[in-house]
Order: sequence, then structure tokens, then C-alpha cells
Amino acid sequence: MKFRANLWIGATCFALVVAGGVFAPWLAHTDPVMDANLMNAEVPPGSEFWFGTDAQGRDIYSRVLHGARISLTVGIVSQLINTCIGVALGLSAAYWGGWWDDFVNGLTNMMLAIPSLIFALAIMAILQPGLTSLLIALGLTNWSFTCRLTRAATLSVKQLGYVEAARSLGYGTFRIMFTQILPNIAGPIIVIGTLGMGGAVLAEASLSFLGLGIRPPFPSWGSMLSDARDQISTAPWISIFPGLAIFLTVLGLNLLGDGLRDILDPHSQTRKA
Amino acid sequence: MLPYVFRRLLQAIPILLAVAALIFVLFSVIPGNFATSQMADGRSNIDAATIARMNEQFGLNDPLPLRFAKYVGGLATFDLGDSFRTRQPVINLIGERLWPSLQLALAAMAFAIVIGVPLGFLAALKPGGWLDMLSMVFAVSGLSLPMFWLGLLLMYAFALTLNWFPSFGYGDGDPRYIVLPAIALGVSPLALLARTARAAVLEVMHADFVRTARAKGASAYRVMRWHVARNALVIVLTTLGLQFGSVLGQAVVVEKLFAWPGLGSLLVDSVTWRDIPAVQGCILTIVLFFLVVNIAVDVLCAVVDPRIKYS
Repeated sequence: MKFRANLWIGATCFALVVAGGVFAPWLAHTDPVMDANLMNAEVPPGSEFWFGTDAQGRDIYSRVLHGARISLTVGIVSQLINTCIGVALGLSAAYWGGWWDDFVNGLTNMMLAIPSLIFALAIMAILQPGLTSLLIALGLTNWSFTCRLTRAATLSVKQLGYVEAARSLGYGTFRIMFTQILPNIAGPIIVIGTLGMGGAVLAEASLSFLGLGIRPPFPSWGSMLSDARDQISTAPWISIFPGLAIFLTVLGLNLLGDGLRDILDPHSQTRKA
Repeated sequence: MLPYVFRRLLQAIPILLAVAALIFVLFSVIPGNFATSQMADGRSNIDAATIARMNEQFGLNDPLPLRFAKYVGGLATFDLGDSFRTRQPVINLIGERLWPSLQLALAAMAFAIVIGVPLGFLAALKPGGWLDMLSMVFAVSGLSLPMFWLGLLLMYAFALTLNWFPSFGYGDGDPRYIVLPAIALGVSPLALLARTARAAVLEVMHADFVRTARAKGASAYRVMRWHVARNALVIVLTTLGLQFGSVLGQAVVVEKLFAWPGLGSLLVDSVTWRDIPAVQGCILTIVLFFLVVNIAVDVLCAVVDPRIKYS
């Protein structure tokens, strides 16, 4: 087993962000929403305020820590929804075929034609800004790649001996799908899911930056950057740290996804066998 | 070739119709509409009679299938309806924004191609070398950067501190205005192109025909130029087409940050005002763009690689 740099660096970055989010209430110096103090507005980074303060005098270090909770919740939950939809559609389309397959294919082609951020934007326009709406908007708009991948992988294994054997043993359709096929095609799905999580974190930040995601005063990294824009010439540090946090999270997830691909990629497994 | 292009364009129509239907249904399930949302947001005070009159005027009282049929009928004559907010035809609003949007998307893609593709090729020549390591670290970082953050940093460094470029706005076509938004928008496709180009070249370099070409004594340059580059280019082109979609999506954020008067900022403004005809028009235009670019890419692939035949 060789040392996989991308896997370990990615896992470390991601673990740091998760730890920051989970232990935010203990690590943070002040309350991220309530502790506004105009006496401390726009203080540069220093020993008292590690990352400086924003225009309302709130401690950016504390807000960045709490922002991890929002980013990670949105990233993980919305990507789970996407994966469930993609797997359910792709698996059933490939297994059943017929008109259902045609329908799922048509749906997937349509989804692929709409840039997912634009679709999410349209859904956010309908719902009220907030966490639940974000989970719905991002969870419903990015499943097409997972669906395609699952469908292709299912097609390639459904004729194999062990699926045939399960069918002749009298296993039900769902039992075959979920206990025989899914575990054998899970590798690439996990990889796509990990990379998609990074995309969801970026999308949440983008929507919040546009004022359509998490609304101020709640500390989303995207909305912090949107506030920071007005102070960029006088207080550039307000822009730096939330952006660094997004970068670290997404970089971690991308490296982790690449590392997992090296391990879980079916081609490399057949080469080993 | 021409019948093929024509058939692909025809195939795009059902997708466009499906997208139109989807947006139509999405926006008709919201409680409230343009008129009532004006009140809810406290932007203006409208009484019930005015709301009824507005609903009548915009045809919002008709049943949904009838409204959709009317809308599709209008699409056939390039009539996208009138904007709720400005009362102008949506097609005119989009027409004003189309050129700036195209300029920005093309400039970003040009930046990504000119730097990304050669970088990927050079990296693949010596896998594991310092250039390879450096460019791949750069690529994975580029893919993880939030574009609007990069835009903010560029604005701070090159506009506010160094004063090399204007910090935002369109500047009536002054080319200095497009530089920073195009870089911010282009970095992530650049990173992806570099990665794809590297992977494609590495894959092609181990193909049998490359070994044969070397064996018959072709120079290293000839092998790269005629055997490796041409074959790798097809893979790169396909990625390019798909990447265009996410550039169109991300452009929304970059346009907003740099106050660039494109389709993206029109979309965001229309969304916040619940100006549904304008939102529909913007999304349909963006989807149409994306489909046309991908058809063009498929045609280009056939030009680069004569083995690809379209019947």
C-alpha cells in the first residue's frame, strides 16, 4: 500500500473543518450573531481578534468557525439527497428498462442542460431564503451525474452470474437491487458523491453571496463575503478568512475524492485481481 | 454534416420545451405572485382591486395549461412575454444583455484554453516532473476556489491597490474592464482543462499507434503534433463543451460581483423581484446557449478526428 498524498491531505483538511464546526461553541471567542460591538468595528487581525473584526465589530474568527456548521450541513445533507435520487433513478431505470428507462433518460438529459447553479437559483426564488430551502434547492439539482453513472454501472453488472444466481434463488427485485447490485457499484458513486459535496459547499456560498441563501446576520461564509465586498478597500481581512475557509473545505473534499477514486476505481481493482 | 447539425438542432427543441414547462410549473406552485410579493416585501402598498387588475392584465387568472400553451405559442415567434417589472418585452431586455454576457463567457473560456491546454500538454510530457507537480497542485486549487472570492481578491490587488484595471462596471466595451471578471470566471475551467489535457495526453501516449509511429522513426515533434495532440484534442474539446455550462452558471455570481451588465445579473435581479417572464427568458436563453455550444463542439470533434462519422 503506497502512501497516497492526496487522500491524506484531503482527509486532514476536511477533518479540520469538521472539527472546527463541531466544536465551534467551545472554540469560538464570542457569539457569532449577538456580539456586535461598534466600538470594535474593523479591527485588523491581532492577539485579541485573531482574524480581525467586521464592520459591525463581530469577531470574524468566531463567525468563520460557526460558518463551518452551515457549510457542512448543506454540503453533506444536500449531497445525500442528490445521491439517493440519482441512485434510485439510475438503478431502477437500468434494471427495469422500457418506458421508465426512456423517461429517466429524458429527465437526466434535461437536467444536464440546465446549469445546476441556475436551477438552484430558480428554486431559491420560489422558496423563502434559509437553510431548509437551500437543502431542497441544492439537493434536487445535482443528481444527473450520479444517475448516469449508476445506470451505466448497473447495466454492466446486471447480466453477471451473481445477479442471475440471486434471481434464480427467488430474490425479490428490491433485494437484488440493494443487496446484490448496489454494493458492487458503490465505489464510483462514493467518489462522485464526495466531489459533489465540494460542489454543494461552493454552491451554498455562491447563493448566500447573492443574498438568496442564508441571510445575514447568520454566519454563512458566502454572506460574510457579500458583506465584506463593501469594506474591501478599508478592511481586506474581512474578505480573506471566510474565503480561505471555503477554499480549505472544497480543496479537502476534492483531494479526498481524487484519493478515493484511486482506491475505489473499478479498473484499478481488476488490474489487481 | 449539414443534415446532422440540423437534426441535432431539432433534438434541442424538446429539451427546451421541457425546461420551459418545468420552470412554468415551478413558478406556478408558489403561493403569491408578482403583485402580492410587492406587498409582502413592503416595497409598495397595493390594494386588492389593483392586485385583481394586475392579475387580469398579466393573464394570471387563466388556467395553467392555457397559459403554458400561450407561452409556447409566443416562443415560436421569439416572443418571451413582457417583463412584470419594466413592462418591456423580455426579448429586448435579454437582447441588451446578450452581448456583454457572451463577451465575458468567451473571454473566460479563451483565457482557460490558452493557458490550460498547453499547461496540461507540457505537464504530461514529463509525468512526475516539477512542472507536472506544480501544474497539478495549481489545477486542484483552481477547482476548489470560490470564483467570487478570487474576484474579490483580484479586485483588491489589481484594481484598488495597484490601479491597473478598473474595479467594476462594463465601461462601454473598454477592454480593460473585462480582464478581472474574465480571469475570475476562467480559473476553474482552466484548472479542469489542464487536468483533462494531461490525462488525455498520457492516455494517448501509451496507444499502439504512437508506439508504431515512434518505431518507424518519426521525430518526437511529429509524433506529438500529428499522433498525440490530435487524438488528445478530441477529449479536451468534449470537456470544453460540458464546462461551458458551468461557466454560464458561475457567470451569474461573477457578473453580480463586478456589476457586469450580462444575463446573469439580469437573472438575479429578476429572481429577487419575482419577475417571472424575465426569469424564464433568461434561463431558456442560457440553456439554448449551452445546447448550441455542445452541438458546435461535436461538429468540431468530427473536423479534428475524421474517424468520427455522423450519419
